[in-house]
Amino acid sequence: MKNNKSKFSKHLVSGVAALALAAGAAGSASAAENGKFRVGIVTFLSGPAAGPFGVPSANAAKVLVEELNKGNLPAPYDKIGINGAEIEAVIIDEAGGATKQVEEYRNLVQRQKVDAVIGYVSSGDCLAIAPVAEELKTFTIAYDCGTPRLFADNPDAQYMFRTGLDASVDNIGAVRYLAATRPDVTRLAGIQQNYSWGQDSWADFTAAASALLPEAEIVEEQFPKIYQGQYGAEISALSVKRPEIVHSSFWGGDMEALVLQANARGLLEDATGLLTCGEASFATYKDQAPNGMIIGARGPFGQFAPDNELNTWFKGVYQNAYDIEPVYPATKMAQAILGLKYAAENAGVADKEIPSAEQLSAAMKGATFESVSGTVEMARGNGHQAMQGITYGEYHYEDGVASIKNAVSFDGECVTPPEGVAAADWIADGFPGAKCN
Amino acid sequence: MRLDKTEISLGLIALGCVLFGFVSPGWLIFLLTIALAKALVVQGVVMQMRSGLVSFGQGLFYCIGGYTVGMGGQFFGIHDAVAALSLGMFVAIIIAMLLGLLLTRYREIFFAMLSLAFSMILFGILVKSQELGSTDGFNVHDWTLFGWAPEAGAGSQYTVFTMTVVSGLIVAVLIHRYTKAGIGVICEAVRENEVRVEYLGLSPRWLLYGNYVAAAAVSALGGGLTALATGHVDPEMAYWTTSGEFVFIALLGGLGHVAAPFIAAIVFSFVRTYAIEFVPHTWQMILGFTLLAVIIFLPKGLWSLVSREKTGERA
Repeated sequence: MKNNKSKFSKHLVSGVAALALAAGAAGSASAAENGKFRVGIVTFLSGPAAGPFGVPSANAAKVLVEELNKGNLPAPYDKIGINGAEIEAVIIDEAGGATKQVEEYRNLVQRQKVDAVIGYVSSGDCLAIAPVAEELKTFTIAYDCGTPRLFADNPDAQYMFRTGLDASVDNIGAVRYLAATRPDVTRLAGIQQNYSWGQDSWADFTAAASALLPEAEIVEEQFPKIYQGQYGAEISALSVKRPEIVHSSFWGGDMEALVLQANARGLLEDATGLLTCGEASFATYKDQAPNGMIIGARGPFGQFAPDNELNTWFKGVYQNAYDIEPVYPATKMAQAILGLKYAAENAGVADKEIPSAEQLSAAMKGATFESVSGTVEMARGNGHQAMQGITYGEYHYEDGVASIKNAVSFDGECVTPPEGVAAADWIADGFPGAKCN
Repeated sequence: MRLDKTEISLGLIALGCVLFGFVSPGWLIFLLTIALAKALVVQGVVMQMRSGLVSFGQGLFYCIGGYTVGMGGQFFGIHDAVAALSLGMFVAIIIAMLLGLLLTRYREIFFAMLSLAFSMILFGILVKSQELGSTDGFNVHDWTLFGWAPEAGAGSQYTVFTMTVVSGLIVAVLIHRYTKAGIGVICEAVRENEVRVEYLGLSPRWLLYGNYVAAAAVSALGGGLTALATGHVDPEMAYWTTSGEFVFIALLGGLGHVAAPFIAAIVFSFVRTYAIEFVPHTWQMILGFTLLAVIIFLPKGLWSLVSREKTGERA
């Protein structure tokens, strides 16, 4: 009986090994060179970050790739596909944690043979992917994740780029907006999700506030856990301290829940809400958010994107395809794809030829390219990190139409620490070298 | 030491895996490394399942193993992989010896929930530790093997793969011997009827305690290897969905044989990676249906494909 069993075990195990081998061979064979530019797109297709971030981003990628392949974009992006080669997008789900994302990133590069990867909303995923991108020598653009550690932990990055802004910019910009529009505020409070994003956002916001709003004091801070959904206790705790400004880095369903509950409880009538990611739900607030609530889009994206030809075109096709205006994650995805296209077409290779990762990186490093959000300068992180301005404004909803009022923009040099300086140090030193308009 | 047939075939398969690593593409080596490392954690789950306890918190020790390897390199200057892995196992054993005193007093759903609670406590602590990167975690790099630093990229990947296969082999042989030994058979008796085992003059509680501590060590080894292979650790390793995945793989494989968790982990990884590739929006559904199909058609796991004809045998 025992012999019988181990004989079977041998058969089964060798069967599995053979299966793995066959799958491996099939995998590498099916990804043959087909003359197309293959781009891996990684964003949340499931889980709580899918609705607010992942799905708008994936939708933006789909519509943009389709239009690029038809050559429908305005100049300077009117060339078909990327450098004349048709684009083939491989979209995968970012859900499941860093270990899985490293595995899937390797699969994209080594099995699916993509020429470049664009993706990552989660900062943890970005940090895990960065060393792997260097190891596999693959041109990779982080389009949304906000951690300032991305290039601080990987100072020698060659293949990793980020076309979005880091989270310090959001909060420095938020304080600058308060200083510009409400210099007399004295009572600040905050409610953040208790994880890296919330903790870092609040640290940057309070540090910048003590430098730029010396009269203001922090009267209350709340750190409910992420995806909690019910904020009754926190809202009460905030209300009794009578803050003038309630800062929050909440996003997605948590943010909508907070706005709804805080508005119903009257907190947002007495205090002004300041939501650094608030624009992502611009289309869904309707009359549930109070007029005058300050919202940001983590840069000049979504509603805050400028009225240039590219953006007007992009908003048009996006609206046509999905019957909704693009929110900031969609704009950011479009920016990353345009960045890739810019790099490929300025890499000095012949028409329809696909540049190598080295050529793409050389073209992208320190580049200045036009995007849906205006001009992007890859001016930080050794030429790997985009620098752009940031805009904040007030949400208003009248007669069934939502709009932004009192928008104020700040230049990149005004809200971004100089090269090689950590945001915390720059804020503590009183923003040396900041150039504000 | 006499090796039985299972041990010889396990050894041959391990040798085959190591040789196979030379010819397979990088992504496949990585996938197999992670699958085998996770299979070690699943071995820990299965060890406890055999004695009737389902641990929904095995991620606790998986995470301890991973974080010890990462923190050893980052903060304490322990760059040697074997030293770091051993330290991870040591820390896991110490913690398991403490927690085990409480946990082995409970059975069934109470044990499952309590083990889950402890793993979520670790998750909570890590999320609040900003110096450890909170939810973002931190990178694990610059490790060596007995003073030798494998070249970055394919070299170090292959080294971790070989380490994982060798660890897997050692653990598999040890567990195989354990399950065949008298004490291992008693584990199944504990599951069937604890009171009778007590009448035999044995203490089920200390048996479960030893089992729990050994399972913790094996799981920490798996976590450490995962950290070395991935190059990153984050608190997600202790989250309940991660522990759930280990139970999923354990059910997929079944309790029939020491090789079952390895096979199940590899099958799971392949199903998942191809589901993500071909149905990016509904890959979770494919995994769900796979588990459902296994539960309905193969209630004793994939291993029952092998032992099916032996009716009446207890899996």
